[in-house]
Amino acid sequence: MERIMVARASEIPALRSRTVTVGGMEIAIFKLSSGELRAIENRCPHKNGKLSEGIVCDHHVFCPLHDWKINMKDGLVQAPDEGCVTTFSVEVDEEGKVYLLWEKGSLSA
Amino acid sequence: MKRKLVLVGNGMAGVWCVEHILKLAPQQFDITIFGAEPHPNYNRILLSSVLAGDSSMKDIVLNDWDWYRDNNIAFHAGQAVTKLDTANKQVVSDKGITVAYDELILATGSLPFMLPIPGADKEGVIAFRDIKDCETMMETAKQYKKAVVIGGGLLGLEAARGLLNLNMEVSVVHINNYLMERQLDETASRMLQVELERQGMKFLLEKQTEQIVGKKRVTGVKFKDGSLAEADLVVMAVGIRPNVALAKESGIELNRGIVVNDYLQTNVPNVYAVGECAEHRGVAYGLVAPLYEQGDVLAKKLCGLECEGYQGSVTSTKLKVSGVDVFSGGQYNDEPGTRAIKIQDEFEGIYKKVLVREGKVVGAVMFGDTSDSSRIFKLIRTGEDISGREKEIVLGEGFGGKSGSGGAGVESMSDDEIVCGCNGVTKGAIVKAIQEKGLTSVEEIKACTNASRSCGGCKPLVAGVLNCTLGEDAVTAAKEGVCGCTTLDRDEVVAAIRSMHLTTSKEVMHVLEWNNPEGCSKCRPALNYYLGMAWPVEHAEERESRFVNERNHANIQKDGTYSVIPRIYGGVTSPQELKKIAEVAEKYDVPMVKFTGGQRIDLLGVKKEDLPRMWEDLDMPSGYGYGKALRTVKTCVGSTFCRFGTQDSISMGIELEKRFERLNTPAKVKMAVSGCPRNCAEATIKDFGVVAIDGGWELYIGGNGGVRVRASDLMWKVKTEEEVFEYSAAFMQYYRESAKWNERTSEWVQRVGLDIIREALDTEEKRKALVARIDEALNLMKDPWKEIIETPELRSMFEALPEKEAAAAAE
Ligand SMILES: Cc1cc2nc3c(=O)[nH]c(=O)nc-3n(C[C@H](O)[C@H](O)[C@H](O)COP(=O)(O)OP(=O)(O)OC[C@H]3O[C@@H](n4cnc5c(N)ncnc54)[C@H](O)[C@@H]3O)c2cc1C
Ligand code: SF4
Ligand code: FES
Repeated sequence: MERIMVARASEIPALRSRTVTVGGMEIAIFKLSSGELRAIENRCPHKNGKLSEGIVCDHHVFCPLHDWKINMKDGLVQAPDEGCVTTFSVEVDEEGKVYLLWEKGSLSA
Repeated sequence: MKRKLVLVGNGMAGVWCVEHILKLAPQQFDITIFGAEPHPNYNRILLSSVLAGDSSMKDIVLNDWDWYRDNNIAFHAGQAVTKLDTANKQVVSDKGITVAYDELILATGSLPFMLPIPGADKEGVIAFRDIKDCETMMETAKQYKKAVVIGGGLLGLEAARGLLNLNMEVSVVHINNYLMERQLDETASRMLQVELERQGMKFLLEKQTEQIVGKKRVTGVKFKDGSLAEADLVVMAVGIRPNVALAKESGIELNRGIVVNDYLQTNVPNVYAVGECAEHRGVAYGLVAPLYEQGDVLAKKLCGLECEGYQGSVTSTKLKVSGVDVFSGGQYNDEPGTRAIKIQDEFEGIYKKVLVREGKVVGAVMFGDTSDSSRIFKLIRTGEDISGREKEIVLGEGFGGKSGSGGAGVESMSDDEIVCGCNGVTKGAIVKAIQEKGLTSVEEIKACTNASRSCGGCKPLVAGVLNCTLGEDAVTAAKEGVCGCTTLDRDEVVAAIRSMHLTTSKEVMHVLEWNNPEGCSKCRPALNYYLGMAWPVEHAEERESRFVNERNHANIQKDGTYSVIPRIYGGVTSPQELKKIAEVAEKYDVPMVKFTGGQRIDLLGVKKEDLPRMWEDLDMPSGYGYGKALRTVKTCVGSTFCRFGTQDSISMGIELEKRFERLNTPAKVKMAVSGCPRNCAEATIKDFGVVAIDGGWELYIGGNGGVRVRASDLMWKVKTEEEVFEYSAAFMQYYRESAKWNERTSEWVQRVGLDIIREALDTEEKRKALVARIDEALNLMKDPWKEIIETPELRSMFEALPEKEAAAAAE
């Protein structure tokens, strides 16, 4: 497992996201209203919509292209649609640096 | 042992009956069908629309070859039964096949009546009954020009219309002095004639055909009065006769048709007749609705189910000619003892007459608007006593006016009201099917309930039922700005925002007890809009609640790139501006540069991170080609250059665009200004359209050229430019204040009603107040591109974070 510094928490406004490419994969890091951060692959399982551009409601994001609703905690697409996006764990240190926990295994999830 | 069932006649009535038998008792019978035509079962009614070019032969097949195979039906297509031996219970075909039966259904339909006049056997003289006739007409139209249709009834007129569509010159010969006298009174008939003449049909009324002239092929038709009409094709549509040839020599009782009792039994045991060949209580019908009712009864009878027996039918007819709405049901001519309620509107070309005898509706004729027909027809069929309430019941809601879309009025229909007259499908049955089977399209409803499967005339009604059924559930919820997060509707939410002075979405969701604490992708943008509309100064724009396009101020494409449309006021640009746009397009490698439908230039395929830089280089305001806002004001050249122009439409368009650009509206708003009534800018399909006339301007509202095309309504005529600005601003503000989020003006005007809108703007005082409020909102608007370029926090959101390497690279 690698711990990769990707951003500063202050760079991401609440209910919005920033994207970062790590090892060739585009990842969206969201800030929830609670201040908590979530990282998921920036690709909707439906037709590759950029989830980073979606509307965030609690820990869900709605894909901007066709409105699929995705749970950012487990990556699961909500009914009636089906699918899954890869999720990553993130950590923030006292200085506000945001780390992505990059694991080989997490990619096949 | 299965019983042997033989059907003679592979037409609409017989196969309908077999379909029902298969549903009721799929295992009881070994079924054999003989059909003289070499086709699988098709919808004869729609031959008219095949001829008119609206359907193809393939579209009208009701049960294809597979259906026979899948149901183990022995189908002898192209074989006529020529011998019926009731003593030995068997039939023999013209190809020599003999089949024994336990039960025999005769469904041989009818034969077109050919006038027994000299020359009727010449080449080019045909009837209009089957696929072959239809094909002959289509072939003939390729080589010949002149057609004469004999018979001004339903069938004749539909044939004539089809031939017109095939580019033939068509004259309709009719013996009576007005058309369709078997279905219409003279007033309706005359209106019909005028409309058909407008469509290019010619009429030869009160003409009796004496002879068809020509050598081998027809060249003309000669009349009793000595006159002659040239013709390369003659279509006889003078009537039909039940086809009883087969029954004739077999001891089956005949009158005009094959005589049957209430259970469709002939006088010979195990022999039944349905459809046009049958005569029940003295009537041989010539329409499908009765045949279906007969088929249902016979199917039950054969399967051994209890049923009431066939009681006869009240029929109604509609003419399937596009652009003409005609309905006739029951009795249509005034006579002693009947009183009529009549409405005749010569402006709209509408005529309606409902006949009442002893408190009961006995018949009706409608021309121009048949939207009430199913309601009135129900009164005819049920024979409900409406004494003393005649007017209120007959006139009902909106009986007088033209209700526009056929879908109107479905809400007020009761569940037992018939939607599909041909197949007797009620509104209730359709609603039930939609709900229980989760149907979402007219096609599915057709497959499931048979509604709209025959003449197709009820399709708009079926669509209406679908909309209003699904609308009550979740589907339109999104459109109404209310979603699963609350049970409140738009008006309740806006009222709460105003009365409790709520200024943020969070407050609204909290105070009104949303069941998702942060809402969803539907209510969040809606609330942001309502709040901004109600409290333009206090409400702080909530970017996180904006849909991506309105947040990034560009239109997202399916691959995640964006399109950029700079503002080009009134569609007027300059060489310098064009050069600049061209240079920017080159610099950023824009994959496609395209003119939009709204007279602007679209740069497509731009990467998100390039957007702010591009805007900077363009140095033009945002054209809002992505927003719920004023999009474009399309203009024609008007008096500046055009020889017809009466006013300067370009300046007017530019001024309107400058006044209203950036304004947030419930849904996108498009405008146009035309310099004269030729209307080159298509102002009458815009949300707000301005058309110059001599000495003034006409103002139109509620048009739409998109999914649901709607011509706009002329609302006001004004004299000065100042008035145009005042009315347009007052209109825009009234729309902003009363429409649902995501509701286009075309939907809004229909929901709210033109009168209400007119009233809201009918005094100068009201207009000034609206204008003051819109100005307040407009004053706060800034160009979003400029704002993003100049504000580092906003701008940084367009950049990705710096890329990272990872030891374990993604595959
Ligand atoms: C152009 C056109 C438009 C119409 N529009 C309408 C409309 O809008 N509304 C409406 O209600 N009605 C309409 N009708 C009438 C409607 O089509 C008929 O009422 C209906 O088709 C009658 O059904 P049927 O089964 O009794 O007869 P058919 O559909 O005519 O079927 C009889 C079949 O039996 C076959 N047959 C006959 N004798 C034999 C034999 N000895 N052996 C084997 N096969 C045999 C025939 O070839 C034919 O295929 C229209 C008709 C036409 C021609
Ligand atoms: S609408 Fe009238 S003024 Fe405008 S271009 Fe057409 S003809 Fe000319
Ligand atoms: S691509 Fe995400 S919902 Fe279609």
